[in-house]
Amino acid sequence: MMRKLLLLLGLFMLSALALRAEQPVLRWSADANSNAPYAFYGKDNKLTGFEYEIIQAIAKHMGRRAKLIQNDWDGLIPGLGRDLYDCVICGIEITPERAKEVLFSNPYYVTFEQFVNRRGTPPISSLAQLSGEQIGTLNQTAALRMLEETPGVIAKTYTQEVNAYQDVANGRIFGVLLDYPIAKFYATPNPELQFSGPPLGQVVYGIAMKKGNTELQRQINAALAEVIASGEMRDILSRWGLWTNTVAGAFGQPEAPSLPDTAYKAFYAAHTEKVSFWKRIVRYAEFWPLLLKGAVMTLEVSIAGMALAIIVGFTLAIMRVFGAWPLRWLATLYIELVRGTPLLIQLYIIFYGLPNIGINLSPIIAGILGLGLNYAAYEAENYRAGLHAVPRGQMEAARALGMTHIQGLRWVVIPQSFRLVLPPVTNDFISLLKDSSLVSMVTLLDLTGAYNRIATQTFDYFGTGLLVAAIYLLIGLPFVRLARYTEESLAVDQRRPNQKPGLFRRPAFARIRRKA
Amino acid sequence: MSELSSMETTPTPLLSVHELYKSFDETPILHGVSLDVEKGDLVSIIGPSGCGKSTFLRCMNFLEIPDAGRISIAGVTIDCQGMEDAPPQDLQKRAHELRQQVGMVFQQFNLFPHRTILENTMLAPMVTRGITRETARENGLRLLEKVGLTTLADRYPAQISGGQQQRAAIARALAMNPKVMLYDEPTSALDPGLVDEVLKVMKDLDAEGMTQIIVTHEMRFARDASDYIVYMEGGNIVEISDEDEIFENPKDERTRQFLRKFI
Repeated sequence: MMRKLLLLLGLFMLSALALRAEQPVLRWSADANSNAPYAFYGKDNKLTGFEYEIIQAIAKHMGRRAKLIQNDWDGLIPGLGRDLYDCVICGIEITPERAKEVLFSNPYYVTFEQFVNRRGTPPISSLAQLSGEQIGTLNQTAALRMLEETPGVIAKTYTQEVNAYQDVANGRIFGVLLDYPIAKFYATPNPELQFSGPPLGQVVYGIAMKKGNTELQRQINAALAEVIASGEMRDILSRWGLWTNTVAGAFGQPEAPSLPDTAYKAFYAAHTEKVSFWKRIVRYAEFWPLLLKGAVMTLEVSIAGMALAIIVGFTLAIMRVFGAWPLRWLATLYIELVRGTPLLIQLYIIFYGLPNIGINLSPIIAGILGLGLNYAAYEAENYRAGLHAVPRGQMEAARALGMTHIQGLRWVVIPQSFRLVLPPVTNDFISLLKDSSLVSMVTLLDLTGAYNRIATQTFDYFGTGLLVAAIYLLIGLPFVRLARYTEESLAVDQRRPNQKPGLFRRPAFARIRRKA
Repeated sequence: MSELSSMETTPTPLLSVHELYKSFDETPILHGVSLDVEKGDLVSIIGPSGCGKSTFLRCMNFLEIPDAGRISIAGVTIDCQGMEDAPPQDLQKRAHELRQQVGMVFQQFNLFPHRTILENTMLAPMVTRGITRETARENGLRLLEKVGLTTLADRYPAQISGGQQQRAAIARALAMNPKVMLYDEPTSALDPGLVDEVLKVMKDLDAEGMTQIIVTHEMRFARDASDYIVYMEGGNIVEISDEDEIFENPKDERTRQFLRKFI
């Protein structure tokens, strides 16, 4: 009897395992750090958004579990080629050019561009009226293409939709042209802005997949068709207030929403809510786990990146100063090449380009490598200057005392140049700490990523910005202190007898100035 | 004069330079200079600025690589003839061997500023000969006592006077137990009041039998302390004379012209 039970239990567990194996994860990507109402972190830091709900529904129909892999907007498509995830759903418009690079599902949403300008200005009837005006929009959007095709319009691209609308309210630009869902969620709550003119053009969103992945395309299309036919799609879009005549017509379904727009109302209420100063402070406190996580990532990447930069930079400097000509030439080439090209592009090449030749790095390794190899070029020049700043007589004295060249470097020249290069190296570390925000490009959530997520959740860009800036400053300060202390400890040639360095003592130069 | 005659009779001098040539960027500095120095001698090299005396001294321990000529010090011989064809590591290796026999003191002291006076004397023996810290320390303290710096052993170079620094530099060079000491204008960077303390150390070393070669402008010291004086001009040795004779009755007209400015 017991045996039978065990057998049954075993079989049950096996089948459960098999069931799990049959339900693989559907890895989808979006830039969820600032992406209302598509997919974003809403109340209590939980993922929400209409695309989030759509992909959940599609995954359910496919018998899969959906899992978000966060990535920056500009990295979404390159990430597909790198197999970071299976598909991208992030308001990506189906265009012939994009269709050459990726595979698209059938449309899951059809919408139009909505022009928004300051309340009180006369409405427009067509884009041609905007000639000579500065109009804001986002990168890689249908709206940008339409603006560029209109003669005389000066298109300004933003990375955050909220900044574009803020600039209209502040009078910096004349208006903003963006997809209707964005306009509805970002412009409507702002009393200084108004919808102006008719729906413009047509924008069709599709789920992007890696070129050649037709099997996944077939499955997603089948699931999508079920989601639309069952009315789930109409329910989702109705709750988000996005069930428009356009999309109803495209799906051949009734124009009336099937449910009240509760999700939109909640968003609107949160956005227009007046938050007291004290409540705001409490809200920041609630975000500390996210901020801490971001700060730890920033620190991790920065320290590891700097360590790499110091090691590689030092090697380059030695090669350049003491190496034979091929080494010298190689080091110079590296320094000029790396210093002369943008860090962002280097990161892209390392993370999205190297897989093409079979080198697949994890995001954190790619981030550290990108920052470290880039800063190595600057470090090399620091050390070169430091090595040259040690008087020639020092090496001569070392040689005359019977040391070899290497021994002279190790015991006499390098220890002296170490102190000389500390200030510029500290400088570079602080700079690297801030540049590390670029690693959000390779799907890492650092402090800047945390800032984006919190700001879009609370609509408090100013306060959150100050808070995150303060955290960057706080992270950097101990290193500055430590560097100054080390520098003073090493400045034995500028110290009077019996004078000891202190962590909180005024720096040596201050004393010298006072004496003079 | 007695020194000169004894030099001729001794078969192998401690230091021997033969037909040394050196030019910088096509400008000839040394034109085949030869000099033999006996063990225990104190030799002063004098001459006008640019006569090549400092270059000559620096060639002796290969801080400058001679173009041609032969140098042998305490049994280590380097013949620069044909060295152009040999790999540079080869020359460096021989030069390194030769430097083990030679101590050098510079005009600007060139003490290691990041190390205390005592550590300055300890570093080279520890690094190059693998001597233990304790032995090096003992040895360093003994040498600092000899140059009168025991109380300043834990000071850094920037915290002591120029004369003290130069005495420390001498102690540092002595720590390698050299057979020959070379001084490149050791008192030129010092205040006049600090010169004597350095010269006294050199006289003490002479009394102990150290072989020393000094490039100097200190005519009084050259005359008082030297066994003989080498006068150089235009990249050649013009005259080698007894210390009194060269001042009172120089053989060469050029020496006479030079010394007239000092007396």
